[in-house]
Amino acid sequence: MSTPLQTISDTLLAPGGLALDDLGTLVGELAVGEVDFADLFFERAEAESFSLEDGEVKEASFHCDAGVGVRACAGDRQGFAYSSEISAQRIREAAQVAVAIQDGRAPRGGINLDRVSTPRLYAAVNPIPERASQAKIAYLLELDAHARARDPRVIQVQASLTISYREVLVAATDGTLAADVRPLVRLSVSVLAEQNGRRERGSAGLGGRYDLARLMTKAHADTLVQEAVDQALINLDAVDCPAGEMPVVLASGWPGVLLHEAVGHGLEGDFNRKGSSFYSGKIGQQVAARGVTVVDDGTIADRRGSLNIDDEGRPSQRNVLIQDGILVGYMQDKLNARLMGVEPTGNGRRQSYAHLPMPRMTNTFMEAGEVPQAEMIRSVKKGIFAVNFGGGQVDITSGQFVFAASEAYLIENGQVTAPVKGATLIGHGPEVMSAISMIGDDLALDSGIGVCGKDGQSLPVGVGQPSLKVDRLTVGGTA
Amino acid sequence: MATEFNPQREKVAQSITFDVLEQSKAAGADACEVGASASLGLEVTARLGQPEKLEMTRDQSISVTAFVGQSRGTASTTDLSADAIRKTLEAAVAIARVTAPDPAATLATAEQIIQDIPDLELDHPWHLTPEAALKLAIEVEAAGLSQDKRLTNSDGGSVSSTRGVSVHGTTEGLLVGQASSVHGMSCVLLAEDGDSRERSYAYTQVRHPEQLRAPEWVGQEAARKTLARLNPRKCETAEVPVLFVPEMASGLLSSVISAISGGSLYRKSSYLLDRIDSRILPEWVNLTERPHLRGAMGSSAYDGDGLPTREQRFVVDGVLRQYVLSLYSANRLGLSSTHNAGGVRNLYLQGEMDFAALVKQMHRGLVVTELMGQGVNLVNGDYSRGASGFWVEDGEIQYPVHEVTVASNMDRMMRDDLLLVGSDLDPHRSIASGSMLFQRMMVAGS
Repeated sequence: MSTPLQTISDTLLAPGGLALDDLGTLVGELAVGEVDFADLFFERAEAESFSLEDGEVKEASFHCDAGVGVRACAGDRQGFAYSSEISAQRIREAAQVAVAIQDGRAPRGGINLDRVSTPRLYAAVNPIPERASQAKIAYLLELDAHARARDPRVIQVQASLTISYREVLVAATDGTLAADVRPLVRLSVSVLAEQNGRRERGSAGLGGRYDLARLMTKAHADTLVQEAVDQALINLDAVDCPAGEMPVVLASGWPGVLLHEAVGHGLEGDFNRKGSSFYSGKIGQQVAARGVTVVDDGTIADRRGSLNIDDEGRPSQRNVLIQDGILVGYMQDKLNARLMGVEPTGNGRRQSYAHLPMPRMTNTFMEAGEVPQAEMIRSVKKGIFAVNFGGGQVDITSGQFVFAASEAYLIENGQVTAPVKGATLIGHGPEVMSAISMIGDDLALDSGIGVCGKDGQSLPVGVGQPSLKVDRLTVGGTA
Repeated sequence: MATEFNPQREKVAQSITFDVLEQSKAAGADACEVGASASLGLEVTARLGQPEKLEMTRDQSISVTAFVGQSRGTASTTDLSADAIRKTLEAAVAIARVTAPDPAATLATAEQIIQDIPDLELDHPWHLTPEAALKLAIEVEAAGLSQDKRLTNSDGGSVSSTRGVSVHGTTEGLLVGQASSVHGMSCVLLAEDGDSRERSYAYTQVRHPEQLRAPEWVGQEAARKTLARLNPRKCETAEVPVLFVPEMASGLLSSVISAISGGSLYRKSSYLLDRIDSRILPEWVNLTERPHLRGAMGSSAYDGDGLPTREQRFVVDGVLRQYVLSLYSANRLGLSSTHNAGGVRNLYLQGEMDFAALVKQMHRGLVVTELMGQGVNLVNGDYSRGASGFWVEDGEIQYPVHEVTVASNMDRMMRDDLLLVGSDLDPHRSIASGSMLFQRMMVAGS
């Protein structure tokens, strides 16, 4: 079997008359004047999707995109240009734009590139041609029949199968030469249920960096259908959600979007280098309750947020961010690590060759504690038990963040009672993290559906947590 | 690398589109639709008085939808080589051979297609070198940072300029193209006062560089908004009047438009389903789209199906008179297209009172200047979002508020609780509203 570097050299470089041996010279041409770092990022991405609606798959698409991004850094300055045509001429044209971020033009010569050996956290496969289109369609149709058969109140079923494949190759003036092959698959289901003229939606999804044989199982279809239908039916009976500050018990898994917003973004290196994050300068300080340990880990096999190497060619790592309530580390890309005088942490990521890399999360989660979920619920007199969430958002400067519950229940006198309508929860990162009074014994990662947006760039990420009791969160209900 | 956009690109995109349509029959398609676009842009940022980022964006793509009988498949690529385009066409045909027939997916007929395309003056060059752009970005930021010593940090001043073309063709005889430009300046500042740290921003974004606000305005506006947020408090949980500033009110108006758009309706995913000819807004509200305004952000002579756009009313005296439909969604609903494939274009809601008068009128309540999270459920209209803004007592702004939520239901808000709309809309948005004053929303705080 050939290595990713050889494979990608054949598919990405060869058509434009380039070889791996040319990259040292080309990236070396960017090392002029004050440029202290430069890189070339080659990429080819394919994506296929099938959508089911009204019991039929009438829509499907295939997208192909390839190109090269050219970046020159001088101190904290970055010059960047890209081309969707990969050739020496186009790279040189883009390089002229990139180096214009500084005034020097004196060349320093070619670069000796060292091949970075990459781990194998996921299989180097392209899942798109793995199955015939007819088989993908048949799978969605079966799922649809199953969802409709589950309850007569289900009036709409939408489902989609999204399959993507990405080849990346990085050559940098620090000697990096690295490549990665990244499969990513996802199955999503959304249903609409109707009862007495009231309509409610329920949705579920799962996926990761693996092949279709693993994704397209009957068990997966059953799980998603059950989750989506149950959620829609539960919401049909939901009462108005209370408003105000109260204790909230969060279920394990996807509710870890809490950590992504309350902690994760604020610990990205760029914000901390610039001093714009609420967490800037707080290394060594207590920023969460004792017992809280938060980790960003890009090395978990087959996960949606995992990476063999980041988009700067750096192997991903397990990075502890908060250890027993104390802030111990930030997530870094090469530029911000260099400027802060620390090592990069394998968090340099970019949406595509047409975007600049930034420090980004991979899979962000909290380590397990010892409290059973039932005990947390028993301890609440009046509050909310939030099981599922939509997305969230954070203001990294003030620390204010939100996340929106899509399935939640009242807790009354230690018992889970009526389901409540979806509501936004709002809090202040460090305050909420300090208000965590119980940490569950049931750590779970999400099912593989997360998308994180920053500065206009979207990336796949993972989240996770054990069940948590937060003593005080503001719940945005209407009652 | 050429840094000026070449308008000849429109001809190139047209000829590529024409070639694909020509080849489509041989590739096995009974009919075909092609979209091609290309753009060239410059984006620069300066932070703390120094250049920080210089980015040249150069994008191109072609998207092909092939029809085999009543089935269709879509494929797209950013590689415009003949070989890649042929493969893209083949991929679209291969998909169309396996998807289920969709009788609602039709192409505009020769009779429906736009005939004469007026020049709406959407494309204006801004002869801006990277050096000049960086100098301007430094000016923008400096105008803001110099306002107050509590402005201690910055995410920079930015300047951007993009020009592009977009071409659309079908085997039914459509072949149209439009060039357009977008230029902008923005600024993000950070302020600090004791333990309080806040950020805010300001921007200007237009089609013609002469329509841009001054760099000083952008910096100063960012400074004003950032300083005003310092030392916020939470307010108490209560049902109170709420006033949304124009940017936030425009978001609400966009949600209403989504709820009357074909896609939400045929999926039964709108709280305004089956509400045609009933009142969805106060009686004093009319919603009209004006797609032919010269040089406006939302202007276009034709819609995404190639039908001519037209000035038309969706809401008259508060009553929903017409949905927002493309050919496809109209077919799904058994109605006629309203020439709105791609949405509405230049739809404004404007009242007569200025912002200060609205604050006075509200007397006591919450002004919402920022919203966080999604929190709008179009299926049932439920609305719950994170908010920050200002507390108002006796018709005067008292102090900044943060970490609260505002919640209600869109239907009730827009139909029953909307009391007044301000005169203060930003005409450089495609869907724009003046400030909106609501009689009551549940505000959750401490």
